Amino acid sequence: MFDAIALLNLPSLVGAASVDFSWLIEKVSLATWETIYMVIISTALAYVMGLPLGVILVITEKGHILENIPLNSILGVIVNVFRSIPFIIFLILVIPLTKLIVGGFIGTVASMVPLTLAAVPFVARLVETSLKEIDWGLIEAALSMGANAWQIITKVLLPEASPSLILGVAITTINLVSYSAMAGIVGGGGLGTLAYYYGYQRYQTLILLITVVILVIMVQGVQVLGDTLAARAVNRRR
Amino acid sequence: MIQIEHLTKIFETPSHQVLALDDVTLSINKGEIFGIIGLSGAGKSTLIRCINMLEKPTQGSIYVDGQQITSLDKRDLRCARQKIGMIFQHFNLLSSRTVFDNILFPLEIAGVPSAQAKSRVNELLDLVGLTDKAGVYPGQLSGGQKQRVGIARALANNPKVLLSDEATSALDPQTTSSILKLLKDINRQLNLTILLITHDMNVIKQVCDRVAVIDNSRIVEIGDVLSVFTNPATPTSHSFINAVVKNDIPEDLTLAKIDPQRHPTRLIRVSFIGSSAGQPIISSMIRRYDIDVNILYGNIDRVKDTPFGNLVLELIGEASLLDEAMAYLRERGLEIEVLKNV
Ligand SMILES: Nc1ncnc2c1ncn2[C@@H]1O[C@H](COP(=O)(O)OP(=O)(O)OP(=O)(O)O)[C@@H](O)[C@H]1O
Ligand SMILES: [Mg+2]
Repeated sequence: MFDAIALLNLPSLVGAASVDFSWLIEKVSLATWETIYMVIISTALAYVMGLPLGVILVITEKGHILENIPLNSILGVIVNVFRSIPFIIFLILVIPLTKLIVGGFIGTVASMVPLTLAAVPFVARLVETSLKEIDWGLIEAALSMGANAWQIITKVLLPEASPSLILGVAITTINLVSYSAMAGIVGGGGLGTLAYYYGYQRYQTLILLITVVILVIMVQGVQVLGDTLAARAVNRRR
Repeated sequence: MIQIEHLTKIFETPSHQVLALDDVTLSINKGEIFGIIGLSGAGKSTLIRCINMLEKPTQGSIYVDGQQITSLDKRDLRCARQKIGMIFQHFNLLSSRTVFDNILFPLEIAGVPSAQAKSRVNELLDLVGLTDKAGVYPGQLSGGQKQRVGIARALANNPKVLLSDEATSALDPQTTSSILKLLKDINRQLNLTILLITHDMNVIKQVCDRVAVIDNSRIVEIGDVLSVFTNPATPTSHSFINAVVKNDIPEDLTLAKIDPQRHPTRLIRVSFIGSSAGQPIISSMIRRYDIDVNILYGNIDRVKDTPFGNLVLELIGEASLLDEAMAYLRERGLEIEVLKNV
């Protein structure tokens, strides 16, 4: 979408002087807000489902506190199947479901359905990886004190893995920023839609550039925030 | 306090079976510090982990304070575990919690009301001498301090027994001594039964009342620490003991040249245990009989609070006097072994 023709179309950039700036600012800020809102809500919803799924994937493993090998294998397969579908195809596949849930498939609310669903298996694997880093000795210590599974999850697994879980949230958010841009192209709203309609279809390179800059700032901001929070969680313990 | 009957544990691995415990029967009394020693892979950890069912026995039964641990359902087992404290070689403290909150952890698990739990934590901090470290994270503590937190945590719910799996193996000798002293104090103050596992005979020597030697998945010797030390019955026990006390006389001494031109000479080994070690028996023997005594080798050690040791003496004099002198020593409770008689 960032092709040479659009870049070389300097007159429209020069002509930007004649562009209505307040219109531009309004469009860009609305789209930015839509993206932020879409990404935050999708990330949150993805964790509501993905976090428990990740925890279940860990504790039902062989030798773990609630070993259940059939359940573990079934969930593992489902997660892998969903993870292997490219997002652009996933967008189309879930349209019927989206219609069912929100009544249509265009707009920010509608794109939250594929964004959330695509992120759930991803989040589940990230959570699984984080929880597996925990020393088994800590779980045994809790077992030796008579802890039940719920206490081990809430008092050992999640708090001990918190720095790694925080980084996982940052990675998920960043992924959803880029997925949301993709969803935008098929009418999902936000910066993706803005870039597509004005930047690509109408050769308004300025809008395209602004969109890219905002996306870069967003991704950078999320990463810095994630790193800082994770480092703070670790440093507190040193 | 702990009865282990015909305990067998077999680990099933994809390729083969590992017999980790073979028909172990053991009884540990209330209020004693019982040590289990064995080489790496002997089955020590497996044994102690069966007592709180971290490892499920293949066969046999275990009773803790009269309750059969091996037949409890999940819920009852969790309750029983609250009364069996455990400390670990690598401490296993939660890095996300302060010292205070780590000690609070088992109380939270047991559902102790918050105010009561907090005052209990303060008592425990005082007991292990870490009151000033309450707000610190484990990452900022030394190994010895971490183990103190581990001990406080294990004692939080007033357990009936304390299990210790190599709790001092990651510590230097001085820190080890201070942790062992703490365990001994706790044992005395609370009359708490302690079962500790180690591969270091020094640990047994410093704190244990009784010891079991485990070799190749079996218990090969059980006894009073002093009698195992002074009179090990199996080669395994013997080699453990030799690592910490020189009970063996250096070989070159027994080969020492004895001049046959002189008076009759006898090379004897005198072993002494307990009170006689403190008395000047040798010097009174010299005064009483007209013989010469040459001390070739000597050592004295202490098991718990009992001294014991060995002396290798060369006795020189008239044969009859030598016999009388030796009889005198025997009368006073010393054990005598003649190494050479010329
Ligand atoms: N989970 C397991 N699966 C298979 N084999 C095991 C398992 N745990 C222990 N074993 C085996 O059982 C035997 C006894 O192990 P255990 O850990 O009890 O030894 P140990 O006396 O504690 O040794 P160390 O002093 O090295 O800790 C060893 O041969 C070990 O390889
Ligand atoms: Mg071990």
